[in-house]
Amino acid sequence: MSELLLETVNLEKRFGAVQASKNLSLRIASGEVHALIGPNGAGKTTVIKQLAGEIRPDSGAIRFDGREITYLPADVRARLGIARSFQITSVFQPLTVEENVSLAVQAHKGHSFRFWRPAAQEPQLVLPARWALERVGLEGRSRVPAAHLSHGERRQLEVGMALAGNPKLLLLDEPMAGMGPGGTVKMTELIMGLKRSLTIVLVEHDMKAVFQLADRITVLVYGEPIATGTPEQIRINPDVRRAYLGDEQA
Amino acid sequence: MNPALSLRKFVLGTGLVVLLLLPILATVAGDPYLITLFSRILIYALAAVSLDLIIGYGGMVSLGHAAFVGIGAYVVGILAFHMQDGSALASWPFELQSSNAVLVVWPAAILISASMAALIGAVSLRTRGMQFIMITLAFAQMLFYLAVSLEVYGGDDGISLWSRNELPLIDLGDDRAFYYICLICLLIFLYLSDRLVFSRFGRVVRGAKVNELRMQSLGFPTYRYKLVCFSIAGAGAGLAGVLMANQSEFVSPSLLHWTHSGELIVMVLLGGMGTLIGPVLGAAAMLLMEEVLSAYTEHWMVFLGPFLIFVVLFAKRGIYGWLSGTGVESE
Amino acid sequence: MLLFLEQLLNGLQLGVMLFLMSAGLTLVFGIMRVINLAHGSLYMVGAYVAATVFLHSGSFILGLLAAITAAGLVGMLVELLVLRRLYGRDHLDQVLATFGLILFFNELTVIIWGRQPLFMDVPDLLSGTIEVIPGAPYPSYRLAIILAGILVAAFLYLLFNHTRLGMQIRAGASNREMIAALGVNIKLLNTLVFGLGALLAGLAGAMAGPILAVESGMGESILILTFVVIVIGGIGSIRGALIAALMVGMVETLGGFMLPALLRLFLPAATADGAGASLASMSVYMLMAVVLVLRPHGLFPVHD
Repeated sequence: MSELLLETVNLEKRFGAVQASKNLSLRIASGEVHALIGPNGAGKTTVIKQLAGEIRPDSGAIRFDGREITYLPADVRARLGIARSFQITSVFQPLTVEENVSLAVQAHKGHSFRFWRPAAQEPQLVLPARWALERVGLEGRSRVPAAHLSHGERRQLEVGMALAGNPKLLLLDEPMAGMGPGGTVKMTELIMGLKRSLTIVLVEHDMKAVFQLADRITVLVYGEPIATGTPEQIRINPDVRRAYLGDEQA
Repeated sequence: MNPALSLRKFVLGTGLVVLLLLPILATVAGDPYLITLFSRILIYALAAVSLDLIIGYGGMVSLGHAAFVGIGAYVVGILAFHMQDGSALASWPFELQSSNAVLVVWPAAILISASMAALIGAVSLRTRGMQFIMITLAFAQMLFYLAVSLEVYGGDDGISLWSRNELPLIDLGDDRAFYYICLICLLIFLYLSDRLVFSRFGRVVRGAKVNELRMQSLGFPTYRYKLVCFSIAGAGAGLAGVLMANQSEFVSPSLLHWTHSGELIVMVLLGGMGTLIGPVLGAAAMLLMEEVLSAYTEHWMVFLGPFLIFVVLFAKRGIYGWLSGTGVESE
Repeated sequence: MLLFLEQLLNGLQLGVMLFLMSAGLTLVFGIMRVINLAHGSLYMVGAYVAATVFLHSGSFILGLLAAITAAGLVGMLVELLVLRRLYGRDHLDQVLATFGLILFFNELTVIIWGRQPLFMDVPDLLSGTIEVIPGAPYPSYRLAIILAGILVAAFLYLLFNHTRLGMQIRAGASNREMIAALGVNIKLLNTLVFGLGALLAGLAGAMAGPILAVESGMGESILILTFVVIVIGGIGSIRGALIAALMVGMVETLGGFMLPALLRLFLPAATADGAGASLASMSVYMLMAVVLVLRPHGLFPVHD
């Protein structure tokens, strides 16, 4: 396995009486697709939020690319190369597809204290935006306002915006959420195409997609990892079977 | 051509021609009061446009914008007070003499308003939503009470100016000249704002209005951008305050009163939030309405109140949206 | 020292008034998520009705009851006609519409009662003084206000902690969706909460009558202090409102009294008094700024 890109050490997070993350240690290598799975309420999105910097762990540490980032705010982490997509699509509805992505590009091209030149005419924002749109297969829709996209297209745009800053680490929070079977296949292919060029942490309920995409999988139950391994190892792990099948039989 | 676009151009064109010719029209009509009235409209329009930068584009609902208008006005007033008094503005750490020159007083006023906006914004922008509204209101009220407590500068009664500020070659004491100065200030501020809104900076601020969390996860430290936007709006309001002080040759704490902030919000919403022309139309509509209604009854506010509620509930797009057939910048 | 204790009581009395105003309003903010600038108008309605009824009937109690009833009814009417349509809308809409309400109520009182302020006498029974602190007689009317505040606080405590309605209201402040899911009639709950808040504002207004001039626009200065209280206490928290109200009441009163005295130690008397007065008028807002820098959601944040 190649070098370590992301590491969490004993993350703990409580919301009142609920333990959302417990004893959470992950080691994610550069170029890996690492999936987080678990029953509802396992605290998967909480992990994504802590990695992205939206909430702070109560204790523990997060290291990224050789740097301690536990208490860095979200925007700083984004500029260090951590991008994320949201479970609930949150593209900028009034803007066009291209504007959405070029806004994402803008975040990585120096500061934005530029008050004079129209941003829509800056080639250094527009060109990388088009490149990102090609990667997610939306190049034909660049002039359309995001509000007019189909649900599946918005999910693609969501990933496109995450890619626009050329991140090292991509956090995908349920990219297939609410998609039909056709959309799921398309999104799986899209993520497959990104593999190796960047590291991905994937939270997803669609097990078929997870087992197809992931190099390694961590299973969370009540915020605590109970197993980590390759898809084959996870498939036969007795604890995992108990956690999942036990829940289903109950 | 897009009919909405051509109507927009028509409205803008006619409006500009009327404003440019207004002093002549007023002279022909034999009603010089019109010049005073429209100077007031231009000044309020400037304040409203600056408020729209933060409310309409930045999504920061400030209920304390009049504070920055008041600060701009008080800088003019205090400097004039020391000129009239013949006293030094400050004696420590160095002797500072007062001034009456536009080129000194006005930039100083704008700078001080912007700095106060930066200071107040730095604390207020740590919160959002309801808290932000209440905090901006509270800070404005704090400055209001500060102005009231400044016994030296007239306290409740404020400061009367002996004359307007002085500019080489142009006599601001002449109402027509002053009108054109107001018009130029408004046009410059509108042009700057127009550039600003579509620049990189403007994009960040508008994005933060729609979804701030998303902007942060894209890598924008939104707080800084919002704070700079807040200060720019403070500078615009400061300039409006400077003009108000010069027009009425009088400065008092009522300029900072929170109902004044409320009126500015009314102008922005009435005209059309998230557009630059909207607040100008809103200011004109509000002041003209006041002028007309108050001729009939001194209790015109009793009609204005329900009218505002009606506007909120049923006519959200504002005058400009209604004229041009487009809505406010939607979510 | 005696003067200081007297000021302490004054601060307590202002704190009680602010608590009456903010207890209802913080719930309106917390439960309905609606920013209501017109809360001060209900205070004003209470003061005017109390003054008028007292003047004509000679009975303070009757005035008080009339004020509470009137404010409660006006409050519920306003909720039914205007505020109900603003739930879930942009805060900006709420600001504008309730600003419209203020303009309306202020002008309406001018039309009905004129521009001259009304003056309301202290009821005979309470016109004397009591020596709570030996050697420092204190107006019994002000003591009665403090007592009323304690009673209201106790009443609210019982309401929120020992009745079903109170539990529902508290649940609404922390999680609106949840109580809808539990099948509580939210519309009715909203109107009741609004009515309760209005009633308390009316009570505060009626009690303020004999202390302040009853005039159009009197609601706004206390409204803004109320906002400060709510922001400091944490939106939606009654406990926060109580503690912040007392803090603000104390700072406001003691600041005006102590700051000039304090500055006299360093500065010439005239300068000290001027600067002291300025600082005192700003002190409450400074307190708010400090609290917000340390805790942006107030002292007792109510979680979602």
